Amino acid sequence: MSLSHWPGTLRSAERRDEVAYFDHAATSPLRPEVAEAMAPFAGERFGNPSGVHRRAREARRALEDAREQVGELLGCHPAEVVFTSGGTESDNLAVLGSLAARTGTDGPMAIVCSAVEHAAVLRTCEAAASAVARWMGIGAVELRIAPVKANGAVDLGALEQLLGPEVGLVSIMLANNEVGTIQPLGEIAALVRRLAPSAALHTDAVQAATFLDLAAAASDADLVSISAHKLGGPQGVGVLVVREGTPLRPIHHGGGQERERRAGTHNVAGAVGIASALAVAARVRSQEVPRVRALRDRLADGLLAAVPKCVASVPRDEALPGHCHLRFEGVEQEELLVLLDEAGICAAGGAACASGAIEPSHVLLAMGVSPDDARSSVRFSLGYTTTDQDVDRALEVVPAAVARLRDEG
Amino acid sequence: MRVLVAMSGGVDSSVAAALLVEQGHEVMGATLKLWGGTSDSGCCSVADVEDARRVAQQLDIPHHVFDMTEAFTRSVVDPYVEAHAAARTPNPCIECNRHIKFDRLLERSRRLGFDALATGHHAQVVAARGVRQLRRGADPEKDQSYVLSMLGQRQLRRIVLPIGTMTKDAVRAHAARLGLRTARKPDSQDVCFIRRAEGRQGFLASRLAMHAGSVVEAGTGDVVGRVDALELLTVGQRRGLGHDADGNRRYVIGVDVAKRMVTVGSLREALVDHVALVPTSVTWVDRPLASGAAAIAQTSAHGRPVPCTIELDGTTPLLRFPSRQRPVAPGQTVALYDSADPDVVVGAGIAA
Repeated sequence: MSLSHWPGTLRSAERRDEVAYFDHAATSPLRPEVAEAMAPFAGERFGNPSGVHRRAREARRALEDAREQVGELLGCHPAEVVFTSGGTESDNLAVLGSLAARTGTDGPMAIVCSAVEHAAVLRTCEAAASAVARWMGIGAVELRIAPVKANGAVDLGALEQLLGPEVGLVSIMLANNEVGTIQPLGEIAALVRRLAPSAALHTDAVQAATFLDLAAAASDADLVSISAHKLGGPQGVGVLVVREGTPLRPIHHGGGQERERRAGTHNVAGAVGIASALAVAARVRSQEVPRVRALRDRLADGLLAAVPKCVASVPRDEALPGHCHLRFEGVEQEELLVLLDEAGICAAGGAACASGAIEPSHVLLAMGVSPDDARSSVRFSLGYTTTDQDVDRALEVVPAAVARLRDEG
Repeated sequence: MRVLVAMSGGVDSSVAAALLVEQGHEVMGATLKLWGGTSDSGCCSVADVEDARRVAQQLDIPHHVFDMTEAFTRSVVDPYVEAHAAARTPNPCIECNRHIKFDRLLERSRRLGFDALATGHHAQVVAARGVRQLRRGADPEKDQSYVLSMLGQRQLRRIVLPIGTMTKDAVRAHAARLGLRTARKPDSQDVCFIRRAEGRQGFLASRLAMHAGSVVEAGTGDVVGRVDALELLTVGQRRGLGHDADGNRRYVIGVDVAKRMVTVGSLREALVDHVALVPTSVTWVDRPLASGAAAIAQTSAHGRPVPCTIELDGTTPLLRFPSRQRPVAPGQTVALYDSADPDVVVGAGIAA
């Protein structure tokens, strides 16, 4: 492939208007109708809901309207909705908050999470099992990691072996953020109830919320994390559903907001935003799921056909409709992502570390993928803005970029 | 020209990137993540990556972080530890330049369609007589040609060193003029993967077994003391070895870990009239010098250049000094400069 065929140029990379955005799993652009719903609360309706005057009451009303709407959309009582700063805080609150509430009841406790959890769960469970948790009054905790099968789904047989009456918390995501695999949460819940009857079941539904109806898909979980910005809502706001009767202690301290479950002045605009984003997602879901799935399938089929030695990381019918996770043998993801970026294609490798480098994916490693293969993988994640033209562009650019890296490599 | 700039987060590479942008090139910045462990300066800390990224934002160029920790561990850190285990004194910066920056990153820049790789080294690549010369940087205090002395034409043809013609003061002034956040950042020191708090000894102690040994005087063969860790000694070192019967300071002449001994002597006994080079380590910037040719040797990053004659006839290449010199520690790189034009690097080798 000669350079003249290469559509990307550096100079245009930072300014290019036409970008094919395939990173919805990282964040989705704010939906215009959500921005509109939020606008008054970033403006004239600025009150602090905790106050006693009319400005406060206006804000309080908007907050409680949002809470009711979220409860309805997630299939829970409004009182079970706790607004947070996002998915990571929801996960931290679920894990640490429920452990703190249970510590000291019955001797040592075990927690179980899957090997493919988002860092917000995995690192938090590790922290809970380490001495760091002692200051919170969390006693000795043993962390058990449930392995996954090659498709990224939890190995139920192995999970069964990890469960027992001593387990206080099980945290298994509804769908994986990297490869998109949907977990069999119903079966997991049945195992947990039978073998670990005192355990709370938490699910990180951050990735799933766009495409799955959580009122049904997450109904078996006691604690459910979601985040607005994956849904076309604003960054910096999330929800933790805490079903009635699930013990929980706050993990940071201050005012008594959110019924003493989450201190801190409310993000009213954010709460309105997440409610609005959930509402839009629910309204369009029956059209969006088949539309996005068809685009994803066209992208995946096209790349698998056009690029030699390209394989899908997981079976498509087991993944979220927007996830297309592919491995390009012999190609370094870091290099491919640079070329794609230059050509205006936004895609992703694994999670970024503190410095911004792409970390070797713990998800792929847990699925049995070799470290070299893990470094050859790229995630294209589609969403509500994805069009046929975006897919066309990817089908034009990606095979050329891969060929170039292989030819010159 | 499309240029990839290696940005460490320091002022030199920041200005290198800025100059290329000002010259109208298409520029992309890349910062290497080299060390998974903790460190507080150099190429590896998150704060440095943030500085590099911020400068790239100020220059409005794309910036990426490349993870080369595995290759760095394999090609730089492990050999560093192994060299110390054999009581040699390695140059990790040179090995990083050899294996990481001017090999892996250079190859990557080629695959990504860049015409050149730029760094913020104080040295100059000059086209002359159909070849690329490597010359000392314009600032004698900051010259870094020593750590690039093992490069050859294959690399030099694709390398741009934009600040090599500038003094450090001029570099800082340029950064300040552009409002770059790295303008007043202190120069990095020491080995980038070793934290100041742990030091070389702490770093090595957790990675290799240290051996105590006898201190033996070269002249008499008498055992005159003990040391705790032979692996931390360097040939030519005088610190911590006391004085001989005549009140002369003792210098390390040789370390033999297998025999658990270090040979010491007075400065006069320590001086050498030649240094042998590891045969496979000898590299030439352009073409080999003939045996018997004169050159100028520099045996450390800021060492004093000394005249020498090159002897290539035997199985082991030798550099012979007309007057006796401090010994060169095994493992140290010797950079060779042109006797007629002492700013021009002609080659390099590693002391045997």
